[in-house]
Amino acid sequence: MRQKLIVIGAGMASGRMIEHLVETNPDAYDITLFNAEPRGNYNRIMLSPVLSGEKTYEEIVTHDDAWYAAHGVTCRLGERVDHIDRAAKTVTAANGDVLPYDKLVFGTGSNPFIIPLPGHDLQGVIAYRDLEDTQRMMSMTSGNKVVVIGGGLLGLEAAAGMAARGADVTVVHIMGHLMERQLDEAAGYLLRKALVDKGITVRCSANSKEILGENGHVRALLLDDGTELPCDLLVMAVGIRPNTKLAADSGLAVGRGIHVDDQMVTSDKDILAVGECVEHNGAIFGLVAPLYDQAKVAAATLLNEAAAFEQKELSTKLKVTGCDLFSAGDFAEGEGREDIVFRDPGRGVYRRLVVEENRIVGAVMYGDTADSNWFFGLIRDKTDIAEMRETVIFGPAYQGGAPLDPLAAVAALPPEAEICGCNGICKGKIVEAIEGGATDLGAVRAVTKASNSCGTCTGLVEQVLAVTLGDDFVLPTAQPICGCTDLTHEDVRRMIKSQALKSMAAVWQECAWKTVDGCHVCRPALNYYLLADWPIEYKDDPQSRFINERKHANIQKDGTFSVVPRMWGGITNARELRAIADAADKYNVPTVKVTGGQRIDLLGVRGEDLPAMWADLNAAGMVSGHAYSKGLRTVKTCVGTDHCRFGTQDSTGLGIKLEKALWGSWTPHKVKMGVSGCPRNCAEATCKDVGIVCVDSGYQIGVGGAAGMDLKEIQPLAQVATEEEVMALTIAFVQLYRENAKYLDRPYKFIAKVGLDWIKERIVDDLSERAALVERFGVSQSVYQIDPWAEHAQTKAETYQPLANLTLEAAE
Amino acid sequence: MSDWIDIAPLNDVPRRGARVVKTRAGCVAVFRTADDSVFALDNTCPHKKGPLAEGIVHGAAVTCPLHNWVISLETGRVKAPDEGQVTTYPARVENGRILLDGAFLRARSAA
Ligand code: SRM
Ligand SMILES: Cc1cc2nc3c(=O)[nH]c(=O)nc-3n(C[C@H](O)[C@H](O)[C@H](O)COP(=O)(O)OP(=O)(O)OC[C@H]3O[C@@H](n4cnc5c(N)ncnc54)[C@H](O)[C@@H]3O)c2cc1C
Ligand code: SF4
Ligand code: FES
Repeated sequence: MRQKLIVIGAGMASGRMIEHLVETNPDAYDITLFNAEPRGNYNRIMLSPVLSGEKTYEEIVTHDDAWYAAHGVTCRLGERVDHIDRAAKTVTAANGDVLPYDKLVFGTGSNPFIIPLPGHDLQGVIAYRDLEDTQRMMSMTSGNKVVVIGGGLLGLEAAAGMAARGADVTVVHIMGHLMERQLDEAAGYLLRKALVDKGITVRCSANSKEILGENGHVRALLLDDGTELPCDLLVMAVGIRPNTKLAADSGLAVGRGIHVDDQMVTSDKDILAVGECVEHNGAIFGLVAPLYDQAKVAAATLLNEAAAFEQKELSTKLKVTGCDLFSAGDFAEGEGREDIVFRDPGRGVYRRLVVEENRIVGAVMYGDTADSNWFFGLIRDKTDIAEMRETVIFGPAYQGGAPLDPLAAVAALPPEAEICGCNGICKGKIVEAIEGGATDLGAVRAVTKASNSCGTCTGLVEQVLAVTLGDDFVLPTAQPICGCTDLTHEDVRRMIKSQALKSMAAVWQECAWKTVDGCHVCRPALNYYLLADWPIEYKDDPQSRFINERKHANIQKDGTFSVVPRMWGGITNARELRAIADAADKYNVPTVKVTGGQRIDLLGVRGEDLPAMWADLNAAGMVSGHAYSKGLRTVKTCVGTDHCRFGTQDSTGLGIKLEKALWGSWTPHKVKMGVSGCPRNCAEATCKDVGIVCVDSGYQIGVGGAAGMDLKEIQPLAQVATEEEVMALTIAFVQLYRENAKYLDRPYKFIAKVGLDWIKERIVDDLSERAALVERFGVSQSVYQIDPWAEHAQTKAETYQPLANLTLEAAE
Repeated sequence: MSDWIDIAPLNDVPRRGARVVKTRAGCVAVFRTADDSVFALDNTCPHKKGPLAEGIVHGAAVTCPLHNWVISLETGRVKAPDEGQVTTYPARVENGRILLDGAFLRARSAA
């Protein structure tokens, strides 16, 4: 008598198991196959090519009716199993039929997770799991708007498929970058870029709040920030949950999935489980490779052969045409781990290997995944890479030979090899120019335009120079920002503007950063450049700021902080002074000092007290003085016409106006100003970054003063008649400095580089350029002119407290 | 024997950031790197006691806020040319929560 085997679910795992069974011993079992979907086994992972139109459903069917007939499998397709009686060893089908079994196999897969947002049950809200979902998405074409929640594998394949059919697709992802479980930030950036190129809108760090409907049908998705994204269809692809209900109801041991041992046997010796519905050693599964291994083991177990399932390293590839992406293993940083990073911005290639004790434990690659199998092999086999460490990142083609010498590689390039992609300049042309007398970078640029656009091929052009000129060529010693890059501050600023780089990850990739996420030298500079050039698009990154700017207070040598409220133009009043005195008492401030900047410094405040102290000062109408920032510090004034017998103009009033217009703005280095009411200059305006000296006929404006490590007197910029002109010129100057200076150059250094005439041409002579600068400054201020004290006291106060306090724990 | 103490949700520490945990023997800094690894170190720089939790986190290292010494989060070693060692503590993340090893923390308090 043949034994009776009932299989619940005709999925990819159980299908493979049945294949093994009938191949090894076709006579062992009478097989009955139930499937809730009204069809047999198909290749679920190929639904994405069906969606995008690259394949048809017929092409992805794994087992058709003829196959089941040929192998004697009784099919009950479109029928679900509703109940199991383990004592009687029977299953009950949806129509009430009761069937006996000797062995039972669960292959029930998983259920897509639906976030229980308000409106999730509206029509037009679907998941991405089966053919029905796919067909629903295939009906979306041009003229249709779709929102996909979830920037993981599935969500992106859904998005790309519908975009390929002409639909207007927006992906909403809660994390900061796409596919964050498989990819690091840099690869996530490249992926996003490729999707945006396909016309897909990508919104990261976006929180869904509610699904809005009309007549019972979805109309739009509402985000936390109030944005409404209209849509005809909303696809949720946010994860899966093992489908365990039936198993749990029948009393099997179930955790996150159905518990199985190494033989795929559940807590009942006659019941096995395979696929996404199982939990093995605490792990659950969502990719087919391990499921196929499980299928093999389950078949063996059913045939009383010895076999054991073992968890292995997994790899992921995204099935979106034009996005070559691969990730495998574990690429979190950890004890003793090191990264090898390779970026080729020209080709949009990124590779990262995580190495631990001379073995590769993880790999992420984007753009060129041809070698991914080789790398996956190294991970899986735990190959010792000590011998090839220097070159392993370049792939198998570079192994076994001598280490790469970049100069030799350039020397070997044929004349028609392209060096400068932007301008289409090949090596031969550059060599010609060099032989024609262009013997340095500047000259080659002038003659050929090579490296004159985005500048990333500068190194290559220099190497061509070196190869062609031999010993006559001396590499120029431009100072790179830091060890993470070969580019200078100027190069990077140019790239950020010309290539419209709007995120840290974009800069790291396009400028070929050599580290994963920069260092304490480059990150603050990049954060500044990005927020100065893209005030709306870029989001300030507190983690890339020095502690003073992250916590809006100056750190002291004992780890306490100082608090300096603004006193506009040095003017204060009894109420403010009283509030300062109260705060000093309340928070036990050890030192209260009048600063050199005409205001009061409360020194020695505990970090934990900052938000409360700020809230108290806010209540008295005071805001942060930014005494810690690379930004506007103080505007010193003198008493001017209000009281002084020599005063010519309202220097105090003008100083206050300037401070009110400019406070809150971030600048390459700190900016200080002074306004003196007459040439006696009691406000010391002549040694400030911008200094204004009032005279009878108006205002003399000077720039580039300083009295720090270098003592500099201001240089005259212009003399004007009205306060309005002073305001416009000052703002235009600061904005010009913001847009063009190197990070940590005070204005006097910036002026020394570009020349005062260059500045005058732009802001004194060219009125439309002046107006444009003032306007751009206004845009930036619309974002950045907020009191950080109030903001932090209200929304971030928690982060100033310890994460946990274990001092109260009972001692052992 | 290790006994893991549940400290806080991982998301309470920003990526590339740190927070401190108060213990009887002073503060321990808990760091989170860009790819969500978590490390715990004494919050005191071996140079002049700078509070490491206030530093800039990059890769698996932190730069001290006072004079820019760079310290490995994995080993606690100060990067050359400077020299020094910071004590590290076992830390891990489970189900989105940060856990520290209580046995180690107590050993530290006793020391
Ligand atoms: C508090 C104050 C001294 C005082 O008690 O008067 C002060 C204190 C500090 N100054 Fe200053 N400077 C103060 C006025 C000045 C002045 C005078 C002025 O502004 O009229 C100067 C010379 C003018 C100038 O800047 O050109 C001055 C030139 C510097 C410099 C050198 C800058 C340079 O370009 O060479 C630094 C270092 C730096 O910024 O890189 C500095 C840095 C510092 C730092 C931030 C050092 C640090 O990194 O910790 C000090 C912070 C103390 C704290 O925790 O509050 N401080 N500092 C003054 C605060 C003014 C304010 O109200 O905001
Ligand atoms: C669009 C898409 C793309 C994917 N791409 C990839 C990829 O590129 N690479 C990769 O490795 N993986 C990919 N996956 C994941 C992969 O498809 C799954 O891991 C795999 O299909 C799981 O197989 P399974 O047999 O466990 O479950 P399934 O294939 O889901 O089969 C389970 C079946 O059981 C049926 N069932 C459930 N309960 C009952 C019941 N009570 N009675 C009867 N029948 C029942 C269900 O209807 C279903 O047909 C993708 C998945 C999707 C949806
Ligand atoms: S002069 Fe030097 S010591 Fe005095 S506050 Fe300024 S930076 Fe500090
Ligand atoms: S205290 Fe840390 S570097 Fe000086």
